[in-house]
Amino acid sequence: MLQYVVKRVLMMIPTLIAISIIVFTIIQLPPGNYLESYIAELQAQGESVDQQKVEFLKSYYGLDKPLPEQYLRWAGGMLKGDFGYSFEFNMPVTRVIGDRMFLTIIVSTVTILFTWTVAFPIGIYSATHQYSWGDYGLSFLGFLGIAIPNFMLALVMMYVANVVFGTTIGGLMAPEYIGKPWSWDKVKSVLEHSWIPVIVIGTSGTAGMIRRLRANLLDELQKQYVVTARAKGLPPRTVLRKYPLRMALNFFISDIGSLLPHIISGAEITAVVLSLPTTGPMLLNALKSQDMYLAGSFLMFLAVLIVVGVLISDLALVALDPRIRLSGGVAR
Amino acid sequence: MSTIELPPAARGVDHYVSTEPFDPQAAARLTPEQERFYLASQWKLMWWKFKRHRVAVASGVILLAMYGSTLVTEILAPYNLHTRNTDFIYASPQSVHLFHDGHFLGPFVYEQTKTLDMRNLRRDYTEDRSKPHQLRFFCSGDTYRFWNLFDASFHLVCPPQGATLFLLGTDRLGRDVLSRILYGARISLTIGLLGISISFALGLVIGGLAGYYGGWVDMTVQRLIEIIRSFPELPLWMALSAVLPVTWSPILIYFGITGILALLDWTGLARAVRSKLLALREEDYTTAARLMGAKPSRIIGRHLLPGFMSHLIASATLSIPGMILGETALSFLGIGLRPPITSWGVLLNEAQNINVVALYPWLMLPVVPVIVVILAFNFFGDGLRDAADPYR
Repeated sequence: MLQYVVKRVLMMIPTLIAISIIVFTIIQLPPGNYLESYIAELQAQGESVDQQKVEFLKSYYGLDKPLPEQYLRWAGGMLKGDFGYSFEFNMPVTRVIGDRMFLTIIVSTVTILFTWTVAFPIGIYSATHQYSWGDYGLSFLGFLGIAIPNFMLALVMMYVANVVFGTTIGGLMAPEYIGKPWSWDKVKSVLEHSWIPVIVIGTSGTAGMIRRLRANLLDELQKQYVVTARAKGLPPRTVLRKYPLRMALNFFISDIGSLLPHIISGAEITAVVLSLPTTGPMLLNALKSQDMYLAGSFLMFLAVLIVVGVLISDLALVALDPRIRLSGGVAR
Repeated sequence: MSTIELPPAARGVDHYVSTEPFDPQAAARLTPEQERFYLASQWKLMWWKFKRHRVAVASGVILLAMYGSTLVTEILAPYNLHTRNTDFIYASPQSVHLFHDGHFLGPFVYEQTKTLDMRNLRRDYTEDRSKPHQLRFFCSGDTYRFWNLFDASFHLVCPPQGATLFLLGTDRLGRDVLSRILYGARISLTIGLLGISISFALGLVIGGLAGYYGGWVDMTVQRLIEIIRSFPELPLWMALSAVLPVTWSPILIYFGITGILALLDWTGLARAVRSKLLALREEDYTTAARLMGAKPSRIIGRHLLPGFMSHLIASATLSIPGMILGETALSFLGIGLRPPITSWGVLLNEAQNINVVALYPWLMLPVVPVIVVILAFNFFGDGLRDAADPYR
């Protein structure tokens, strides 16, 4: 067991290195370097450029050095917690994004929990009542959930929440609580605002999960051990609870690998529409203004979030499912 | 030497010989119906199975109609893509009536009159019920260059003389939303097809190499797929499309975006190809082909791929909706396609804030074809996959 865990964690390292190389390549792709365009922009606006500061930044981030060295500096800095310098905000990236990353993690976690609680009963119902009206109806709803673009759903829900419940538009809390110390009213306001993003982000993930869970469970229900259990005379409910359901539980953990990238993608665009204080809107802005260190750090962070999420799910799966330990492989 | 006498018993039995012509297949004769079934090609079997899946067939018809419409968009759309009606900005959708004052008139619309609501700062459009304007069919309206070949002005339906026909309202420049949706279909629908062809080719080649050669090639490809999969799709798409040079022409951007969408999509297909090939290359017929001196490319292309091509196509169909949604999302955020290229995502870009939902909800209508296409592709792909699966 321990050996497996160590091996799995070690395997993560080359993946992370490769990801960082890809991210670095992307942030290098725009022609010219960001400092040059930053200076050009400042000059275009008629502002004076502090030559000393430019020189300092240039040497500090090694922009005059060859690319491989720049990469090493960037990656090395990240290991030490230095994510580079945001030219747009004029301060270190870490200061700009700390809170937002934290909120992204929270929103993602809550959304996964929401997805599970909704997908679990529906998936089981659909599988056990295959080809019933309920199954058809729920399947159709699921398809609809995949088909409606997140951002449209977010817009409409925001409007409905505003008209029906009088919730203020956008954000994670009413504007008067921003920057205030935590209080009961603030918590209430956050709760009032957070159900929209959770539902919007969770919808398509939930729909996908229901379909996968249903297919998985259907395969399982046809296996011989289920037939045997039924032939022995166990009531259907007990059969379901004792065997296939447990298999389905494993599936829940292992499915995080495909659910998490989906949720994070959805969270980004939904956050832009709802102007949530998560990574989404800022990533978009950083990309638009080509503030590439900031964008690169966001991308890196999101990828790491997924890699770590998959790692946790793999480890949980090993603890739950003896078959994986025996075969020594990773179930995905 | 004397002749050998047979024992009496043996001599007494007459050997029966049928005079009928011999037919070695008599026992295994098939009825014509069975014959049709057993001798049918794989594609034919798939088609029969697919036909039974009603929803999938219906979806297929819808898709066919939508793709068909992109060929004759100019004729179907009442206005041109960029026709502006400056007197009718943010006009609400007009409805088509049949009866005027209790008399049947055929399809007609009432003229819209505009009043400015200064309190809410919006334009209100009301129907002027006094005078009906009959629609014209098979008529000549806005001129366009059909397929960029010749000028024409033929339309299926035109706005009445002296009145307008905005069935789905107009946008902030007074352009007809319905016409724009029809034109947008061209871009939105083709981007999915083009993207899937690129990712299909990539998946086949890369997955094929990995599966056939195994060893370090396989290892490398596997790792690569794992890495690409651990990126969240949308942010990576966003990053890549933000990187596209601003100086590119809109059409280059279109191809760039398609390439980006495809670049992240091939992993699923490559995985499927790889795992199938790993199993199939151990088969005897592969060994036979190799012993006869066939090159790897021939073995893969001629002997291995056709075995699961149908399955691949079905799963490729299922990943088209993801691409269409991806383009829509990117354009909605303003980092995908850019005007004057018009896709559904570009149209939805106008519906970006809550004011639109409250004041001009018809600007959100381009989302309807998006939903329909994605549902249709999902059902169609599902049916195709079931039909391609020989074990069901």
